[in-house]
Amino acid sequence: MAKTTLIENGRVICPGQGIDKRLNLLLAGGTVAELTEGRPEADETIDATGLIVAPGLIDMHVHLREPGMEGAETIATGSAAAVAGGFTTIACMPNTEPAVDNEAGTEFILLQAERAALARIYPVGAVTKGRLGRELAEIGQVSRAGAVAFSDDGSPIHNAEIMRRGLEYARMFDRVVIEHCEDPDLSGEGVMNEGTMSTILGLPGIPSASEEVAIARNIILARLTGARLHVAHVSTAGGVELIRRGKAAGAHVTAEVTPHHLALTDECVRTYDPVFKMNPPLRTADDVAALRDGLRDGTIDVIASDHAPHPPESKQVEFSQAPFGVIGLESLLPVAITELIDEVLDWPGLIATLTVAPAAVLGIDRGTLRPGADADVTLIRPDQRWTLDVERFRSRSRNCPFHGREVTGRAVRTIVGGNTRFRAD
Amino acid sequence: MAQLGEPALEWTRKHLLGLEDLSAEELDIILDTAESFREVSTRKRKKVPTLTGKVVVLMFVEPSTRTVTSFSLAAGRLSADTVSFSKGGSSISKGETLVDTARNIQAMGCDVIVLRHSAPGAPHLLARNLECSVVNAGDGAHEHPTQGLLDMFTIRERKGHIEGLTVGICGDIKYSRVARSNIWGLTKLGARVVVCGPATLIPDGIEEMGVEVFHDLDEFIPQCDVINILRIQLERQKSGLFPSIREYARVFGINSERLERAKDGLLIMHPGPMNRGIEITPAVADGPHSVVLDQVTNGLAVRMAVLYLVCGAKG
Ligand SMILES: [Zn+2]
Ligand SMILES: [Zn+2]
Repeated sequence: MAKTTLIENGRVICPGQGIDKRLNLLLAGGTVAELTEGRPEADETIDATGLIVAPGLIDMHVHLREPGMEGAETIATGSAAAVAGGFTTIACMPNTEPAVDNEAGTEFILLQAERAALARIYPVGAVTKGRLGRELAEIGQVSRAGAVAFSDDGSPIHNAEIMRRGLEYARMFDRVVIEHCEDPDLSGEGVMNEGTMSTILGLPGIPSASEEVAIARNIILARLTGARLHVAHVSTAGGVELIRRGKAAGAHVTAEVTPHHLALTDECVRTYDPVFKMNPPLRTADDVAALRDGLRDGTIDVIASDHAPHPPESKQVEFSQAPFGVIGLESLLPVAITELIDEVLDWPGLIATLTVAPAAVLGIDRGTLRPGADADVTLIRPDQRWTLDVERFRSRSRNCPFHGREVTGRAVRTIVGGNTRFRAD
Repeated sequence: MAQLGEPALEWTRKHLLGLEDLSAEELDIILDTAESFREVSTRKRKKVPTLTGKVVVLMFVEPSTRTVTSFSLAAGRLSADTVSFSKGGSSISKGETLVDTARNIQAMGCDVIVLRHSAPGAPHLLARNLECSVVNAGDGAHEHPTQGLLDMFTIRERKGHIEGLTVGICGDIKYSRVARSNIWGLTKLGARVVVCGPATLIPDGIEEMGVEVFHDLDEFIPQCDVINILRIQLERQKSGLFPSIREYARVFGINSERLERAKDGLLIMHPGPMNRGIEITPAVADGPHSVVLDQVTNGLAVRMAVLYLVCGAKG
C-alpha cells in the first residue's frame, strides 16, 4: 500500500481548477488522490489550519550557475533555496560555463537535480550555440534530452534574423523561446536605469527604449513565425503596453515580472550598493505602477525571481564594476505577498502567477492539485510577520536586495512528490 | 568665521562625498573657513600647525596632476603628513580590490583618504567600509565637490555674493562631475543655474536637478553673470556624441565675438585643463573676463578648509 498523507483544514487554492475553499487534500503514493470535504483515513495527517494549501509553486526563471560558477551556486544549493522559498519546480537558464546547448549538458543538469533530490528542475536550453547568437543550437536533440524551453538569457539575441530562425525552429518542437529583451547598442555601457537618478549619480544609463525596442521586434517576429515568445523580466511601462497590444493582436506572447521590479525603484541605487544592480535595471515608480497594472489585467502572466547568485566579493566593489543580478528564490513569495495581496492580486490570482501560468508557458503538466497530478504542494502561512535575513538563506550567495525587509507570509512546508522537502521551524 | 586651529562647532560630517547632501549653512561654513585659510598662502612661511600628527593619504586611482598637487599642498600647509598612492605604483594595478587596498592603508594609520576614481560612488564604497574620513576628489561623472566649492568661492570673492546670480555651465554636462557639484552647490546658495551644450551631452532628467537647458550659445551667453566652460573630452567625438571637433568649436566654442553680447562683469571660469581653440579661444582664456588662475589659487584654500573640517568632525 502506498503511503497516504492528509492535509486537513487548510484553505485550498488551485487556480487551475477554480478552487478556493476549505478542503482536505489526500495524497497517496506521490500523487494527489482527492480533494474532499470528508476526512479520509491516512497514515499521516498534517494540520493546515490557518494555512493556504497551494499546488507546488514554480519559478520559471532561475540561474543555478552549475556547471562553471559553483562558487556562486550549485544545483544542490539552488534546489535547497527553491524548496525553502516554497518552490517545488524551477526552470534553470543555460548561461552556465559551458552553456547548456547540447544533449550532454542538459542530461548533466537533470542528473545533478536527481542527486540533489529536492526540487524538480527543468533545464532551459540555449537558442544558439554557446549563446553566441550566431548559429542555432541543436534544439531538437536538446528538447528530447529534457529541455522545456529555449533562451539565451543573460544576453539578448542581437540579430533579428537569428531570432526569427530560433522561433521558427523551436516552434516545430512546440517549445517556447524565452527572450531577455534588450537592445545592446542602446544599453551601451549602462549599469542602471537611464533617467534623473542616473544623471544625479553620474552612472551610465540603460534607457527604457532598450527593452521596448527589443520587445516590439520580438513580438513582430512571433507574429511572423506563429511561434511562442515569452518575454523575460519585463521592467518598463512601455514594454507592458507593447505586450498588451501584442496579445490583443493575437501574437503568442506571454510575459513575466520579478518581485524586485514590482517593489523597488532606481532610487535604491543612491547608495551605490551593487545589491541593487541587475539587468534589466530597477526603473521608476511609474514603471512599477504599470507593471502592477499589467499583473492586474493579465498582460503579465507570471512572477519569476530571475534568481542570479553572485559570490559576496563580486558585489563588494564599485557599482560599475559589479556583475548584474540578484537572488530571489527565498524572497519571492514573501515579497509578492507583502507587496501585491489585496492591492494588486487576490490570493488565487497570486497563486496562479506561480503555478498554472508558468506551467502553461513551459508546457509542463504541473501547478495543479487535480487528482492524479504529482503530489507537489506548498503550504503558506499568509499572516506570518518576519524579517528577511540573507544569513539564513540556503542559497550559496547573499546578493538579495530585500535583506532586512519586514515581510508578511511565507512558505512553511514544501512537499515534492508526496515527500516533505522543506519545513519552516 | 572659524578661528584657526579650532574646529567649527557646526561641522559634523566625517566625509565629504558630494555637495548634493550639504545644506546652505554647511556650504557657507566651508567657504568661510576657506577664506580664513587663504590668508595663510600669503604669509612668508606658508604653514600652520593645525593638523600636525594627522595623516592624509592621496589615493588617486585615476590620474590627475592638478588636483593631487593642490590637495598635497593643502595638507602640507596644515602640517599634516601626506602619502601619495597612485595607480601605477600600487597594488590596485595588481588586482586587489579598492576596499582591500584602502583597508591596508587605513591599517597603517591614516586619518583622511582623498580619493580620485573613475567609478561613480567609489568614495561611498570606502566610506561604508572604513573608519577614517573620505574626501571625494572626483568620482567618474558623479561629483567633484572641492572643484564645485572652489568655483563658488571664486564667484563669491569676485561678485560678493552668489544668491541672485545666473551661472552658466557650458559643454559636456553628461560626463561632467564638475557640472553636478556646481549645480548642487550653486542652486543651494540661491543662484540660477543654466546649462548649454549639444543635446547628446545633456543628460536625461537634468532639469530635475533645478537647472534650465539651452542649446544655443547666443541665447545662453547674455543671461549669464558667470560662465563655467567645461573641457570637452576628445574621446566623445569618437563615440559619436558630436560630429567633429571643428563643428563643436563652431557651435559651442566660446570666443570674444560671442562675448560681445555678454553682461558687464561676466566671469569666465574653466576647471582645466583647457583645450584652447576648441571650447575656449586663447583670447577668452587669457582675457579680462577670465578668473581661471584665481580658481587654482582658491582651490588650495578650499581644500585646506575641507581637510581641516573633516578632521575636526571626528573630535
Ligand atoms: Zn535576463
Ligand atoms: Zn535571467
